[in-house]
Amino acid sequence: MKRVSSALTLGAVAYDAKVVTIWDGFVQWFASRGLAFDYVLYTNYERQVEGLFLGEHDVSWNSPLAWLQAERLARKLGRTARAIAMRDSDQDLRSAILVRADGPVKSLADLTGRRVAFGASDSPQATILPKLHLAENGVDPDRDITAQLFDVLVGKHGDHIGGERDAVKALLAGSVDAACVLDANVLGFSRDGTVPSGALRTLALTEPYDHCNFTVLDDTRAVDVSRFAELLLSQDYGDPVVRPLMDLEGLKAWRVGRTALYAPLERAIDRFGTIEHWLSEHA
Amino acid sequence: MTAHAALDLRDLGLDRGGHILVLRALRELGPGRPLAVTGGHPDLGLQLSVMAREGGHSVTENTGTSPGERKTFTVVAGPALDARARGAARAGSAVHSRDHRGVSDRADERWGVAARGAMVEAGAPRWDFSLDRAEVVWTDDAKKLYAQAAAAQWDPETAIPWDAPITHPPAVEEAVVQVMTYLVENENAALLVPARFLGRIHPHYREVVQLMAIQIADEARHVEVFTRRALLRSSEMALSTAGGQRSLQTLFEETDFVLATMLLSVLGEGSFVDLLRFLHEHGPDEVTRTIADLTARDESRHVAAGMAHVRWAIEQQPQDRGRIRSAIEQRHQALQHTSGLNAEVYDALVLLAAGSFEPEDIARGFDAVQALQRRMLEGRTRRLARLGFSESEAESLAGLHTRNFM
Repeated sequence: MKRVSSALTLGAVAYDAKVVTIWDGFVQWFASRGLAFDYVLYTNYERQVEGLFLGEHDVSWNSPLAWLQAERLARKLGRTARAIAMRDSDQDLRSAILVRADGPVKSLADLTGRRVAFGASDSPQATILPKLHLAENGVDPDRDITAQLFDVLVGKHGDHIGGERDAVKALLAGSVDAACVLDANVLGFSRDGTVPSGALRTLALTEPYDHCNFTVLDDTRAVDVSRFAELLLSQDYGDPVVRPLMDLEGLKAWRVGRTALYAPLERAIDRFGTIEHWLSEHA
Repeated sequence: MTAHAALDLRDLGLDRGGHILVLRALRELGPGRPLAVTGGHPDLGLQLSVMAREGGHSVTENTGTSPGERKTFTVVAGPALDARARGAARAGSAVHSRDHRGVSDRADERWGVAARGAMVEAGAPRWDFSLDRAEVVWTDDAKKLYAQAAAAQWDPETAIPWDAPITHPPAVEEAVVQVMTYLVENENAALLVPARFLGRIHPHYREVVQLMAIQIADEARHVEVFTRRALLRSSEMALSTAGGQRSLQTLFEETDFVLATMLLSVLGEGSFVDLLRFLHEHGPDEVTRTIADLTARDESRHVAAGMAHVRWAIEQQPQDRGRIRSAIEQRHQALQHTSGLNAEVYDALVLLAAGSFEPEDIARGFDAVQALQRRMLEGRTRRLARLGFSESEAESLAGLHTRNFM
């Protein structure tokens, strides 16, 4: 049987209960502007990428890793994946490698032989990109250090902040010598009291990279997809009706999708073979 | 781009409050105008870029502007900076003046629980306060009555001589327990009726909300002290009758604020003040007399508040007088087949005033209770007249009030 609903359908991963509030709000907002819109939720990004190719939904709200999974799978299957839009807050992120301010680690080389905490195994920001940074700067993450993964909710590509928080707590407690987190969480963990002021120091920063995007395949429902993007880009943070939704999604403005800053993650998955097995199973 | 405005954070990072200074400077400049931020915190660049990303601003690092470890960045605020202020509106006015009482005729549902006069961001949720018009809930006396109530609160633990001797016969003590049992159920109703309205009144009329809240607290204390007095010597409470509860239920079920206030406070609590004064005068022990005195003072304020509310409502809508008349008549009809004040309470009041089973004492007690009923009727008539009912109408309506007193 085939899907009958005519609504443009989004796929999203339920990494938190607020996901329902967000997309329910978008359903109403798009409806008020004449776009029939619906969404389906997945428990993990791998299943969501499958769903896009199986036609379960039309637009995926993808993590950067899920974007590359979709992009590479599309290429293998002779199709095209496009990143049509993203949040302003998805652009130019960096990850930080933190150490204790009073600790002995002064350089990346000092990490050799020490324990380094990462987030979930599939988290670009807390695991894959920091490992790339180490590798490209002479510290082999598989050989030179002892990696300790704080695997919270694998399959959600690090969307859940719990793994990074646990990594930082381990650093503060002294059970590891460094911890890798998203730049925003360096500030966030100070604000929420997880990290006392001045307790940690930023040892290194990765190069900038981009995060989530809305992904479509080929020219799926071109008219609806272009209307969807057009409406998103028209959202104004000054509009009190849409502002609560933008606050929940954590953005001030939508941007046209761009893919150049997924390059570091591409290098990482090539180097570590992160999705090779997954690709070979699906292509 | 050349930055004209400048901020020096010295060594302060955004992880220790530096964002407050940056935001303050950006707000002074407004969106689109560059701010040069200089500082020595090693993570300043990282912190500013996170702040900019989260706030919809832009940040770039200046080169060669500062010596040593210090760096300078240019931050330009985006349009989201002042987005929340756009479309915001004041929740009425915080200012009082001679010709302006400071409250609005109608409280907007978007003001919600915001302080009166606060700036309310557009997009705030709408609140469903059904009592949102001054003509229904307001009274100019609310502020004064609240202040009086706040100043007159008493602590049951210390205000009442719980250890004072009780020397009267056991039968008289049984009468006290019966009266206290009756008082508790009436005060339960007097607590719940305003409590049900409290959540429906728009907080814009905060003096009214405060007055009702403290009135409810008074009733909570009354329930406590009546219960405690009943159980000083007895291990059980006495009788609660179907007729008494039916009478109170008609009060509880009244959904109109003005009518409920009229029935509860003006008529019911008004009669209760007389009853409590009776107990203050005839109570057989110091504990009972002190309790009656303190609770009567509280109840007098409740009557004053009820009178102020109803007088205000009638001034705003004179047709309310007709609705009040109908409500008194309807309650009378609803209760006419019930027994009124139960025989146990009536006899207990007689015995309490008599103090013994001597026939002469009983006769004196009976006369005192009859005098109490006359005082209650006169009081209700007087208050109705003060609300503008004609003398004969006041008298007839006062006579229709429930025989259960409250």
